[in-house]
Amino acid sequence: MAITYDRNTQIEQQSLLDNERVLGSVMLLPAIVYIVALVGLPFFLAIGYSLSDITVGDPSLDFVGFSTFRAVINDGTFQRSLLNTFVFTVVSQLIVIIAANMLALALNKNFRGKWLIRFLLLLPWATPIALGTIGWLWVLDSVFSPIDWLLTQANILGPGGAFGPSAHAYWLGKPTLAMISVITVHVWRLIPLATVILMAGLTAIPQDIRDAVAVDGVGFWREFFEVTLPLLTPIMAVATLFGVIFTFTDMAVVFVLTRGGPVSSTQVLSSWAYFKGIEGGNLAQGAAIALFLLPVLVAVVIAMLRLARRSEVL
Amino acid sequence: MAIVETRDLKRHFDKVLAVDGVNIATEEGEFVVLLGPSGSGKSTLLRMIAGLEHPTAGDILIDGQRVNHLPPRARKISMVFQSYALYPHMTAYKNIGFPLKAEGLDTATRDKKIRWAAGLLGISHLLDRKPRQLSGGERQRVALARALVRDPAVFLLDEPLSNLDAKLRAMARDELKQFQREIGTTTIYVTHDQVEAMGMGDRVAVLYNGKLRQFGTPHELYEDPADTFVATFLGSPPMNIIERDGRLVGFRPEDFLPKVVWEDKEDLVTYDFHVTRTEYLGADQYIYGIVNTDVGETKIVSRMPSMVTVPIEAGSQYDFAVQGHHQVYFDKQSGKRIEYEKV
Repeated sequence: MAITYDRNTQIEQQSLLDNERVLGSVMLLPAIVYIVALVGLPFFLAIGYSLSDITVGDPSLDFVGFSTFRAVINDGTFQRSLLNTFVFTVVSQLIVIIAANMLALALNKNFRGKWLIRFLLLLPWATPIALGTIGWLWVLDSVFSPIDWLLTQANILGPGGAFGPSAHAYWLGKPTLAMISVITVHVWRLIPLATVILMAGLTAIPQDIRDAVAVDGVGFWREFFEVTLPLLTPIMAVATLFGVIFTFTDMAVVFVLTRGGPVSSTQVLSSWAYFKGIEGGNLAQGAAIALFLLPVLVAVVIAMLRLARRSEVL
Repeated sequence: MAIVETRDLKRHFDKVLAVDGVNIATEEGEFVVLLGPSGSGKSTLLRMIAGLEHPTAGDILIDGQRVNHLPPRARKISMVFQSYALYPHMTAYKNIGFPLKAEGLDTATRDKKIRWAAGLLGISHLLDRKPRQLSGGERQRVALARALVRDPAVFLLDEPLSNLDAKLRAMARDELKQFQREIGTTTIYVTHDQVEAMGMGDRVAVLYNGKLRQFGTPHELYEDPADTFVATFLGSPPMNIIERDGRLVGFRPEDFLPKVVWEDKEDLVTYDFHVTRTEYLGADQYIYGIVNTDVGETKIVSRMPSMVTVPIEAGSQYDFAVQGHHQVYFDKQSGKRIEYEKV
């Protein structure tokens, strides 16, 4: 029997884009250009600057070895900035993770108006950092602070109050209060993200496991510490690592709120690098200061990659 | 050991009635299977007995005591879940011991009980492993051990075998049944698999659309189905149902054989069977075909043991017959079982 083809099948020539190596390179190119131009180049430029004595007034790259680093490290303000960066990051992340856990557990339950609460909760995250911080600047104002007003009404501040007799706390005017203020704004800003991440983690715990817990008959605390928390740990680590990066590298909060003051008591690495390098014009020292962010960021990135790989294996 | 009873139990999900007035009472130490297709309400019923779901109406009684308001842990039940629901971050040992910890038992007592349960299920050598290092069958045993270790009054099992492959499932079925006999704990077992239900249940409750269709021994369900749903849900291939003389007539494929095969020609109902296709399955041969009924042609099937060597060809017509006492009758409207009356 003869075979007849009634369809007009045409086998096309292979085009250049069918070649996986060509196509792959073309697709990757924008990302590579982006990373090289906006990440790689500035990074190596910063290393170059930090090993030189470049300033705005003398933009020649003269190699001076580690003398710029030495000058930076011996500066008291730098030491304070380094310490502050760690204090702000660690303290705010601790508070964020505890508060986000509580919020996530609460928002995981069903109640009326849940969507509204979720919406309100996400607002701080949706607000641009600078704008949100300006809002806080008003809240913490030395004269018109509504917090001061409330505390005065409650007889905590003001004449006769426990922290009186002044009717103003000067939130941004005293070193300790200024540090607390900076931490508060960081916490306010990062709670939404952490909460949303943890809520996703909670939803990922299978209903069967929750049912098993109910049948096994353990109470709230044991359920939380022995089942929920261990199962939430990987996702909690993700939330923390994000938070660390955001707090550790942030300069907007300090810049808007205190500009590092009073007397550099709230200065952090990124703001100090900015003041030194851009406002002070000492590009070499600015670059050297900024490079101190690197070890922590590298550690965080490694931790994240490990975590990602582990969750793939699981 | 305990008696579990449900009285007019109902459960709404929004507007859907998932469980619609179910009355079931187990006997002490009985193995009761809740059987139904997905969406029949069998799992919801089990979860209500467990206390994981609240009834909209009706009562649940364990040993005569109304437990509606009690949380799961106060009901003296344990449950095995379809996914086993082992705690992934705990070793098998800790998984099994978890309910005991909740009861506040000391370490030594816990250890004794864990080792006893593990020994009973043959998993003593696996106690240090985490769930992901265990096979499906091993996980199922750990889940069983965790359920067993509390010495519950009632075992609730939600499709515990459905995650096992076919070979393992048959073995596990046998073991589970043996095991239940040994410990003698009242057990309620949910499945959609009629073979599991027939093979394991002392009694089987067939559910459909939230309603209890029939509650009886596997034998009763098979021989005396209460309606067309039960008749067609049990048995493979399902019961043939045709319309004749203004009612529905049902007979099992294995009772529907070539007329020449029957030695006793009395009490035979003969059908003119137009064979369309045959299927050879080793032990059996399925013969598909058409018979004439009140509503025209109806497709039915015969299941003929391969021992019967009557030659059957597709496309030909044969006299097939079923013994009259093997035929059951159903009401045309309601599908409910009726007694045969000459019309």
